[in-house]
Amino acid sequence: MSQAKEADLHVWRGDGNGGGLVRYAVPLRDSQTVLDAVTWIQRRLEPGLSFRFACRVGMCGTCAMTVNGKPRWTCRTRLKDVVENGRVVIAPLENLPVIKDLACDFSSFFGKWGKAGGRFAATATRLDAVAAIRPDSRRRRLADAGIECINCGVCYSACDVVRWNPAYLGPAALNRSWTLVNDERDGGREKRLRAVAGAGGCHNCHSHQGCATLCPNELNPTLSIAGLKRATALAVLKGEM
Amino acid sequence: MIGVRLYLAQRLSALILAPLVAGHLAVIFYAVQGGLDGAEILSRTQGSVGFALFYGLFVIAVSVHGAIGLRVVVHEHLKLAGRTLDGFTLATGAVLLGLGLRACVAVVG
Repeated sequence: MSQAKEADLHVWRGDGNGGGLVRYAVPLRDSQTVLDAVTWIQRRLEPGLSFRFACRVGMCGTCAMTVNGKPRWTCRTRLKDVVENGRVVIAPLENLPVIKDLACDFSSFFGKWGKAGGRFAATATRLDAVAAIRPDSRRRRLADAGIECINCGVCYSACDVVRWNPAYLGPAALNRSWTLVNDERDGGREKRLRAVAGAGGCHNCHSHQGCATLCPNELNPTLSIAGLKRATALAVLKGEM
Repeated sequence: MIGVRLYLAQRLSALILAPLVAGHLAVIFYAVQGGLDGAEILSRTQGSVGFALFYGLFVIAVSVHGAIGLRVVVHEHLKLAGRTLDGFTLATGAVLLGLGLRACVAVVG
């Protein structure tokens, strides 16, 4: 049986005012990633094609795009694995404004990261001794479970609640907040819990688990959000909020 | 669009509703299997403080739970927000409470 030598990449082209899919024929190669294919289009066919990437090895989280309807890291997605009937559809991440073609504006994403109390509140200075945190302590383990997030935006793009409720802080910001709530060195717990307990906060999560299903780092933001729900509810019941 | 207090109200009302729904279903099965007609059911429920408390609490919990649940749905899918959303939530709760208490009075009054 002969294998197809080309794939039709249907790439979304446009800007914030709208756009549509444009077909490009791309030769199939061994170990070729979707990012390789998009780069090939830019270098050989369409120099104006805009997209974002940096490391190409799953470290930076900048190359996330929607591939056949699902948000993925394109540098860690082999083209042959996603070709369906010789065709792949590549679009920008959802739930983020498009700048141009496949490049999105992450301002709102990182803005919500700040609104959710994503900034570490130090309780010591560099002159103090390094805090001793037991690796097997409960809070350290809870923080560990979410700490590998690289803010690629895949969870945010996959989240139904972000789509329906633009004020919702989203899985990445809330996951970050949960890691800091469990950071024993952090002094911003009360302020942070208030930040995630408001109208766009953690209680709006429906636990659809799209974030956990599609996170390329296999994190579970839904679990982090459940932790925040518990922590804020207990704070209210104890009269701390 | 809910904050922690509405979230707590919805969870606590769910906590109350779970055994009440089970009790309500048990009453239905008992009445149906026993072959009771409407008049026979009413003769057992009317004047009963127990039924009044059971279904009174049921109706209050439903009003709180349903109003908050619908608040989320209309915010996410019909984009109601602000005072309009608050008004919708209160009105929904009031309608559910009114209809429910009216039914309660008819059954136990």
